[in-house]
Amino acid sequence: MENKCAIEMKGITKRFGKVVANDSIDLSIYSGEILALLGENGSGKTTLMNMLSGIYQPDEGKIFKDGQEIYIRSPREAYQYGIGMIHQHYKLVEVFTAAQNVILGLDDEKLDLAKTEGKVKEIASRYGFDIDPSMKVYDMSVSQKQTVEIIKVLYRGASILVLDEPTAVLTPQETQKLFRILKNMREDGKAIIIITHKLNEVMEVSDKVAVLRKGRYVGTVETRNTNPQALTDMMVGHAVMLNIDRPKYEKPEEKLIVEHLTVLDQEGVKRLDDVSFTAKTGEILGIAGISGSGQKELLEAITGLYPIKNGSIRFVREKGKEVELMGLPPKRIRQEGVGMAFVPEDRLGMGLVGSMGMTGNMLLRSWRKGKGLLVEKKEPEELAKKIWEELEVVTPGTNYPVRRLSGGNVQKVLVGREIASQPEVLLTAYAVRGLDINTSYTIYNLLTEEKMKGVAVVYVGEDLDVLLELSDRILVLCGGQVAGIVDARSATKEEIGLMMTQFVTKEE
Amino acid sequence: MSQEKRIPFVRLAKRAEMDRKKVWLIRISSIFVAFILGSIPMMLTGSNPIEAYSVIISGSLSRPVYIRQTVKIAIPLLGCALAIAPCFKMRFWNIGAEGQITMGAMVSTYFALFFVKKVPNLPFLPDGSPNVTLLLIMLVSGAVAGGIWGLIPAFFKAKWNTNETLFTLMMNYIAIGIVAWLQGGPWEGRKGSQLIPMFDKSARLPDVFGVNCGWIIVLVLVVLMYIYMSRTKQGYEIAVIGDSVNTARYAGMNVGYIIMRTMFISGAISGLVGFLIVSGSNYTLYSGVANNVGFTAITVAWLSQLNSFAMIIISMILAVLDKGANTLQTRMGVPASIADIITGILLFAMLSSEFFINYKLVFRRSDKKEVSA
Repeated sequence: MENKCAIEMKGITKRFGKVVANDSIDLSIYSGEILALLGENGSGKTTLMNMLSGIYQPDEGKIFKDGQEIYIRSPREAYQYGIGMIHQHYKLVEVFTAAQNVILGLDDEKLDLAKTEGKVKEIASRYGFDIDPSMKVYDMSVSQKQTVEIIKVLYRGASILVLDEPTAVLTPQETQKLFRILKNMREDGKAIIIITHKLNEVMEVSDKVAVLRKGRYVGTVETRNTNPQALTDMMVGHAVMLNIDRPKYEKPEEKLIVEHLTVLDQEGVKRLDDVSFTAKTGEILGIAGISGSGQKELLEAITGLYPIKNGSIRFVREKGKEVELMGLPPKRIRQEGVGMAFVPEDRLGMGLVGSMGMTGNMLLRSWRKGKGLLVEKKEPEELAKKIWEELEVVTPGTNYPVRRLSGGNVQKVLVGREIASQPEVLLTAYAVRGLDINTSYTIYNLLTEEKMKGVAVVYVGEDLDVLLELSDRILVLCGGQVAGIVDARSATKEEIGLMMTQFVTKEE
Repeated sequence: MSQEKRIPFVRLAKRAEMDRKKVWLIRISSIFVAFILGSIPMMLTGSNPIEAYSVIISGSLSRPVYIRQTVKIAIPLLGCALAIAPCFKMRFWNIGAEGQITMGAMVSTYFALFFVKKVPNLPFLPDGSPNVTLLLIMLVSGAVAGGIWGLIPAFFKAKWNTNETLFTLMMNYIAIGIVAWLQGGPWEGRKGSQLIPMFDKSARLPDVFGVNCGWIIVLVLVVLMYIYMSRTKQGYEIAVIGDSVNTARYAGMNVGYIIMRTMFISGAISGLVGFLIVSGSNYTLYSGVANNVGFTAITVAWLSQLNSFAMIIISMILAVLDKGANTLQTRMGVPASIADIITGILLFAMLSSEFFINYKLVFRRSDKKEVSA
């Protein structure tokens, strides 16, 4: 059966200031098909889809629905054309139930919750969702919230669904469930677009793949006629090696010992519960877990930025002498001569000063140096220049505000500075989030280099494939507890996926 | 419905990065736009704007005596804007300069009133010259008093994260209230006058080129503040906190301590301005001693983008408006509050110029036409 063309985008161009986010892109979307929109971060996938869902208006180009030219000026108008988008960051009212969230904003419909709940149930059973319409959003897991978002769109009668990185926050098992649902919707004749940069998922679920690169349309291929390597080459524009090197370090020794670590947040909720592990020299310790399982708190507690309720964090100096770090503020940790570097998740909000240039940001580690009131700028200036050259940071100059750099360059500045401090322990949180493939591999290589220098590296990551290839051991966090520590050379993705949710399923 | 109508008539688009020269050009031209807009209320009061502006200029700058009076208005404005700058850089919204000035003025006055006979002047100075020792005591004590007044809200902010905007605002009224009580009570001069006596000649700041020497102090402060903000470790800490408190914590800075220290410095400069006002121009203390300088200085600091040297120009412009408007009132019968109206328009124009620096308007069917202010 030949599928009908649902939406056609022709010559779409969108500029943000000097940046051309989309450069005359042509894209056709067919009913009864799953189209994967593939591209690196910053290639313009989300921008293109935002124009389809009425958030942006294109600067040039036309959109056709069923052969008729249409103008979509707001998300509400997009719904009228049957287009619905599920964003990466969910937009739900936490204190409302699923059904209340679904009906929110539909002013021409009478508020009849019982009827809404019935209709929600009907949609759920048709496509295989698992949902309780009267459940409050704050009680829901990430994947349940996503379900509500999808049902919200279906409830409004959308026949064209756009999902922006839907699997980014899901466990492997939840991802499988979502894919089954997407396939059901395809059978029902919906047109589905998923924005992603994960190749294995593209291969698994999509019928066609459209590839964007740096705001330009590269082409569309049938999924069954392609393979991950070919897609990567299309995405990056040249051949890329997809393997991560994992050399073995000769004599790993204990470097950082964490025992019975428990932390509470401001509301008194346990964020980490009796966490114990050891990080060793010459080893990358991967940390896996659903986002919000205590990864951020763990790293911040170690670096003295998060108050600790209980436990012990000991740094092993040469000759086995140990220093207790628990309760020490960051300044004291440095004064103790503990070589610890930290690449936080929030790069511009915690790791860097966005309004300053590279030099000002190098100063962040050394500003206290030197006697007297004035800051010493010469050394950081030289360091900035060194990192600029060695890591090929794209910036007009060392005083150009880092906030205006692209995500990959921001991360290079941050990682470059932290490594330059010659740490013995290197903590990284989501070090490659939002980075293009080339920069990601630069970061993997830098971390492996550090490891082979004998640094104890802790790598908090979200992509299980990468964690399994890069790390030596993987610690799995679940709800602030250690679900287990496995050998990354022998563990499987499914095994880790189960551990990521093990305590949650126990409770239910 | 024709399709044409469905495209929005005008929409906003983010502008490409502009070079700094052009940015400042837009800012300066916005001042001119403000003066053009300011002529509308002038016409409404029935006077010719060109004539009115020339009266404002001539009334404030045409004769040495006018210039002196204008500079006298500009001194506290500039000093107080310098005081506010580090707080605003830190994103600590100190709107309590008014109270910090008042406290500085009050404590300086205490020494001027009660220690004038007790403190010996420097031995080599002739009789009848200002008492330098006393003036120095007044300066330091005024600064410390203003500093403490600024430290209080900073302490609460650092310890319990209270809202500094409300806190500093309330502190203003407490300070003004205390002075009002002194004025009618313990420090009252002639019974029933509700006035504090005038300072002794020896407790008044000497004039240099016809204006009290406060202008030299303030100009020195301009340079010092510039160096403090751009070259020192403390200035760096302030800039980092203003960008992100978490980054500051990450870098090992003690954020609470830095907030308190900065507010002490800021309050101290405001307190010093208080001393300059009582000892340099009023020669006495009353509850309205700060005369809204603490609030107008916010405008000065903001319009100058916290740049110390730009503050000199902006505070002079506001002083010219203020002084000139008084002349305007006497000569042409235009209410002096026209100066406030123009200042307000000036602020609006400068703020909207920031908008046009970042965005442009795109009209339907005319992709090339852009509008900027």
